[in-house]
Amino acid sequence: MTTVLDPTSEQTPAARERATRPESLAGLTVGLLDISKPRGNVFLDRVSERLSGLGATVNRYTKPTFTKPAPVDLRHEIATTCDAVIEALAD
Amino acid sequence: MSFGGPPVPPLPEGLVAVVKRDCPTCELVAPVLGDLHDRADLTVITQDDPSFPADADWVHHDADLALSWHHDIETVPTLLQVSGGVGEQRTVGWSRSEWEQLSGLDGLGRGLPDWRPGCGSLSVDPAHAGELAARFSGSSLRSRRVELATLEDEWEAMWDRRWSDGLPVVPPTEARVLRMLEGTTRDPSEMVAVVPPSLVECTVEKAAVNAVMAGCAPEHLPVVIAALEAVCTDEFNMHGVLATTMSVGPMLVVNGPVAERIGINSGLNSLGQGNRANSTIGRAVQLVVRNFGGGHPGGVDRATFGSPAKVGFCFAEDEEGSPWTSLAESRGWRADQSTVTVFAGESPRILADERSRTPESLTRHLAQALQATVSPRMMLGMDAMLVLSPEHMARYADAAWSRDRFMEELSAELTFDGDDLLAGAGGIAAGLPPTAAGQKIAKFREGGLLVVHSGGSAGLFSAIIGGWANGPRGSDPVTREITP
Repeated sequence: MTTVLDPTSEQTPAARERATRPESLAGLTVGLLDISKPRGNVFLDRVSERLSGLGATVNRYTKPTFTKPAPVDLRHEIATTCDAVIEALAD
Repeated sequence: MSFGGPPVPPLPEGLVAVVKRDCPTCELVAPVLGDLHDRADLTVITQDDPSFPADADWVHHDADLALSWHHDIETVPTLLQVSGGVGEQRTVGWSRSEWEQLSGLDGLGRGLPDWRPGCGSLSVDPAHAGELAARFSGSSLRSRRVELATLEDEWEAMWDRRWSDGLPVVPPTEARVLRMLEGTTRDPSEMVAVVPPSLVECTVEKAAVNAVMAGCAPEHLPVVIAALEAVCTDEFNMHGVLATTMSVGPMLVVNGPVAERIGINSGLNSLGQGNRANSTIGRAVQLVVRNFGGGHPGGVDRATFGSPAKVGFCFAEDEEGSPWTSLAESRGWRADQSTVTVFAGESPRILADERSRTPESLTRHLAQALQATVSPRMMLGMDAMLVLSPEHMARYADAAWSRDRFMEELSAELTFDGDDLLAGAGGIAAGLPPTAAGQKIAKFREGGLLVVHSGGSAGLFSAIIGGWANGPRGSDPVTREITP
């Protein structure tokens, strides 16, 4: 039998509970996060129109670059001001 | 010596000699050992042959080398005066005067030479030292122990756990990891970097575990650590380098005295296989990202093609053979400092030029090839590395061009009319926006072309390594000093 040392970070990610889904978007604040890929704004413009039609207030956000995770301040702002968030992932 | 491990076994009281048969000096003094037993009640601790120097009850066999290891025996014979289980005085090798002084007896070893050096103790033999340290030191290593079953093939067992880049890895046993850690003065628990994509703090110990798996020698570990520090900066952006659909990986260029000292190849086949340091150091960095950071293809790694550069890519600059300042010096470091520069690079491609006899001709030709990196119609957004071979460097040495002169002339050749590169120009949809019309556009940003000298002495080629998106939206090259 060979005993070896674990090369991993030994962190099995704990499953995180999802937030409860809202019954309706009416009266809620929805954040739209543009990750800065080309034409993501076109997609989000249309999503914004549809959400507004459902009675939601829409806040728009933009990541500085799609290559890096959103800065912690931006994540904090979205988390504290929005009830839900939609991310435009691809171009 | 003990770190909370098993208790230190006491040595017998009085006069003690530690010996092994496989040592000519021990054989030489065998009669003296008998004499000392008769006259001073000597006890002998023998490391290999239990009947050396005599099959007697005053000869103890240190079969597991526990006594030798715990009492720091480095040489045989070692003669000790023991009190309270520890050697209060000791002398190593054979020296008549010192043995007489330690034993308080006269007339030892008549007919023998006055002095003979000893041999290495089995407990410090490189073949055993790691195992003994693992067994006796009450290891301070904190990594989770994983037992591979006897009937499991080690390589298959590690592959099943995805601890690999697809190639075989060396099983990171405690003995091997302890031996690897001898390559650095840092504490195993010291933090090296926060490794993406999992963003967990990687310790020196975890870096050493992965360095063992990659096949590194202990002296390579400080380079692995410095490179990890470099790639895990916000500037280098390892997360993006891993996640991008483009085919780049962290490429390591080593400058300074460490390169020659630990055998990083800067000559023949320097970008290729066959040299341990080159093949394993870059791979160790990548294995930390794969195993520790959790960056596997299909997960966060989304490369369309990937490239051999993603297995591991490390080489040294040939500084001795270069008339120019080194890459590291051009980035603000001193020649006597050892550094590693990390660059998000693809695999190399070659520019062949066997006809240019002037630096001007070769520079123009290099510029043509460099324009094509990533896309001949993409300007400023991507960096590149140019590896000049010795035979190409000779064109510049002969004409007494400095690095600065070369960079200036090359930059001029790499400045293009925007009109030729507009989107749609030449029937190609890809290209520059209309604002580039009438403008002169540079291929590379300031500092965006890294130039090093490396490779074999024959061959009128240079190597070009394309980069990835540069600056805050991508990756910047980063240089770190390599320290013990």
